[in-house]
Amino acid sequence: MSQLTKSFTILARDFSRAGEVSIQVQGTLKKIGYDQDIIRRASICAYESELNVVMYGQGGHLHLTVGPDEIVLDVVDQGPGIENIELAMEEGYSTAPAEYQEMGFGAGMGLPNIKRNSDSLEIVSEKGKGTHLRIGFKVR
Amino acid sequence: MKEAVVSQVTENTDLKTMTLMDVKGILKAEVFVGDDRLETTVTAGTGSDLMSDMLRVPKTGVVLLSGLNTVQVVRTSVIAGVAAVVVVRGKRPTPDMVAQALEHGLPLMSTPFTMFTACGRLFSRGLRGVERKKEERSTVSVKAGP
Repeated sequence: MSQLTKSFTILARDFSRAGEVSIQVQGTLKKIGYDQDIIRRASICAYESELNVVMYGQGGHLHLTVGPDEIVLDVVDQGPGIENIELAMEEGYSTAPAEYQEMGFGAGMGLPNIKRNSDSLEIVSEKGKGTHLRIGFKVR
Repeated sequence: MKEAVVSQVTENTDLKTMTLMDVKGILKAEVFVGDDRLETTVTAGTGSDLMSDMLRVPKTGVVLLSGLNTVQVVRTSVIAGVAAVVVVRGKRPTPDMVAQALEHGLPLMSTPFTMFTACGRLFSRGLRGVERKKEERSTVSVKAGP
C-alpha cells in the first residue's frame, strides 16, 4: 500500500456538524481495512482534535495520511494557540465556557485522551497564530 | 430468609453479558432505533453526560446510559464504538439523533428511570462497568513555536 493523504475542512463553532470529519476518517480507515483497535484509537483522536478546532481553533483542517506502517493525523488551526500546554495536558483542566460543557464537552479531557489513544503526539502552538497537532499511530 | 437473599444475589451477578433485549426489559425502555438488533450482546455498561469521559478508551460492546439528549451523544458513540445508547429520565431522542443513529446502525433507546436507578438495575443483573487499567501510549513532544 502506498501513502495516501486526504484533507478535510473543519468549521468553527458549527456543532450541528462537529464530528462529521472524524466519522469520515473512521470510514476511510475501515475501507482500507486496518484492525479495529487502531481504527477506534485514531477515530477518538480525530474526534477530540476536531472538537478542539470547532470550539477553540476558529476552524481549520485535518489531514489524514495513511501508509503501511503508520497512520498520521495533522490537525491545524489558525486559532489563538494553547496558552499553557502543560496545563492543557492535565486531565480536568479546561478553559471551556459553560455552553460547551452543557453539550458534554470542555471537560478538560481532549489532549489527555489524544495522548492516551495515540502512539506519538507532537504539539506546536504559538500564541495568536494557531496550533498544529501531529498524531501518529503505528500499524502493527 | 437471609440466606435466600444472599444466594439470589450470587446467582444474578453470574451474568456478565446481556443482550439489548435484556437491557430493554430491565430498563423498561422504548426502542427508537435498532428494534431488529436486540440480539446484540453488550459486555459492559457506562453512564456519562461527559462525552470526553466516553473517549478515554474505546468502548466496543458497551451500552451507554446518558442524560444528555443531543446528536453529539450519537456521534461520540459511533466514534467510541458503543454498542447502544439509552437516554435516561424518559427523554425522547431528537429527530436528528434518530436520523444519525439510523445512518450509523446504532441502537437507541429511552428509559423512564433516572441515571442512578438505570445503572443500578443493570448492575444488579450482573452487568459491570468498564474499569480497567491502561497505560498511556504516547510520548509527547511539545514545541511552543518559533
